[in-house]
Amino acid sequence: MQAKPRLLTILDIVCVILMIIATGMVFLYAPEEAVMGNVQRVFYFHVSAAWVGMISFLVAAVAGIAYLRTARMKWDIVGLASVEIGMVFSFIAVVMGSIWARPIWNTWWTWDPRLTTVTIMLLVYAAYLMLRAGIDDPDRRARFGAVYTILGFLSVPLTFFSARLFRTIHPVVIGTNQPGSEGAFDMTPRMLQTFLFSLFVFTILYADLLWHRIRLGELANKVEQLKMKVMS
Amino acid sequence: MTVDQTIENQDEAAHLESETTEEGMPISVQTQKREHSPIASFLGSVWAIVWKDLQAELRSRELISAMLVFALLVIIIFNFALELDARTRATVTSGVLWVTFAFAGTLGLNRSMAMEKDRGCLDGLLLAPVDRSAIYFGKAIGNLVFMLIVEIIVLPVYSILYNTNLFQPGLIGVILLGSIGYVAVGTLLSSMAVETRTRDVLLPILLFPVAIPVLIASVKASTGFLQGLEMSEITPWLNLLIVYDIVFTAVAFMVFDYIVEE
Repeated sequence: MQAKPRLLTILDIVCVILMIIATGMVFLYAPEEAVMGNVQRVFYFHVSAAWVGMISFLVAAVAGIAYLRTARMKWDIVGLASVEIGMVFSFIAVVMGSIWARPIWNTWWTWDPRLTTVTIMLLVYAAYLMLRAGIDDPDRRARFGAVYTILGFLSVPLTFFSARLFRTIHPVVIGTNQPGSEGAFDMTPRMLQTFLFSLFVFTILYADLLWHRIRLGELANKVEQLKMKVMS
Repeated sequence: MTVDQTIENQDEAAHLESETTEEGMPISVQTQKREHSPIASFLGSVWAIVWKDLQAELRSRELISAMLVFALLVIIIFNFALELDARTRATVTSGVLWVTFAFAGTLGLNRSMAMEKDRGCLDGLLLAPVDRSAIYFGKAIGNLVFMLIVEIIVLPVYSILYNTNLFQPGLIGVILLGSIGYVAVGTLLSSMAVETRTRDVLLPILLFPVAIPVLIASVKASTGFLQGLEMSEITPWLNLLIVYDIVFTAVAFMVFDYIVEE
């Protein structure tokens, strides 16, 4: 068994420290929003979690393409790892969004394009996990998984676009707001700093988790091989 | 098999034989010779697969009858579930239609691929010296034909049962575009689903989340046509449908090789 790399341990520690700083910034450094009050503070981690969700699905799709081109098991492990992390973070983003939406939109949930898209995205990747669970042959599992991550990732923007043709009430904090969105606000410099820092910290956190999950995947493969050896 | 069909088969076999003897060389050499016009030979193999599916269906009538009865049942269940009175009908007709098509379509997609798998026909198809994507397009066009046949029968039945006129060129166009997109992804995913342990259950789970854009756009565009909205309100949905059709047919064309690869 290979030992845990030194660099990974360092990254773990850096991650914990950065998370503590980010939490501190969200609660202490960033000013209270004038209209919405303290509940607005959820925004920093909400957007960061959603961001991690998006990039991890992107990474999964890229890993899918890479697997189809090279047929190396490494890419399959990356794809699976990324999908799992992406699902967790997308779900965290949904839960945080609901906490914010309850006082601001006066409802936990609404069929807004972003919310719809995230739900369907979660369903796509749940289907991905079920597809993998139904196939025994590792090579075929990897191929089908790769194809499905690519299809899923392509359908997400189309889903978003189709849902967006309905009117949206989700605020767009970066870029221009559509008329009718509720709960929008302008960021002060301190808010912007906190926000960008949260994004940065979550990205590091994603890299750290991905590394851990890839290692786990490799070890799991090894265990499977050993089991096969014992059985035969 | 009836006597007529047997004779027909014999005729076909005799025809094939005569072709080989005329050319005076085995079939494998013939295919090589035909590669002078790759597009024609590609279309030829696509057509052969479509024709095979249609012929098999014509003789067994398993798939279409199952899809059709299922579709009618769904419509009847909707009647009770939604209380389809005159006022609600105007707004929910397209939704009811598309849910029906989607469910019946899944049934057909599942069956058409499972049939190939169960009798080992898929291996036979893969051994044929044709491009793999020809197999994909052949199966997809076959599935599309089945789905369209069901839709062609469901539309007048719905029109009569619920006293709404569904025969508008715009609506027919939307149904065609929507079915193409649905079948393009569905054929690809059904060839994945048959290889898994939970095959029948898995196809809708794989297909529906990916096909949501097509369903939303089709429902919206159909409602637009049925309610006589202005074209400028329908065009975005039509564009979305066309984009989806092109993107997903292209992707399926590119990745199908990896799915059937052994």
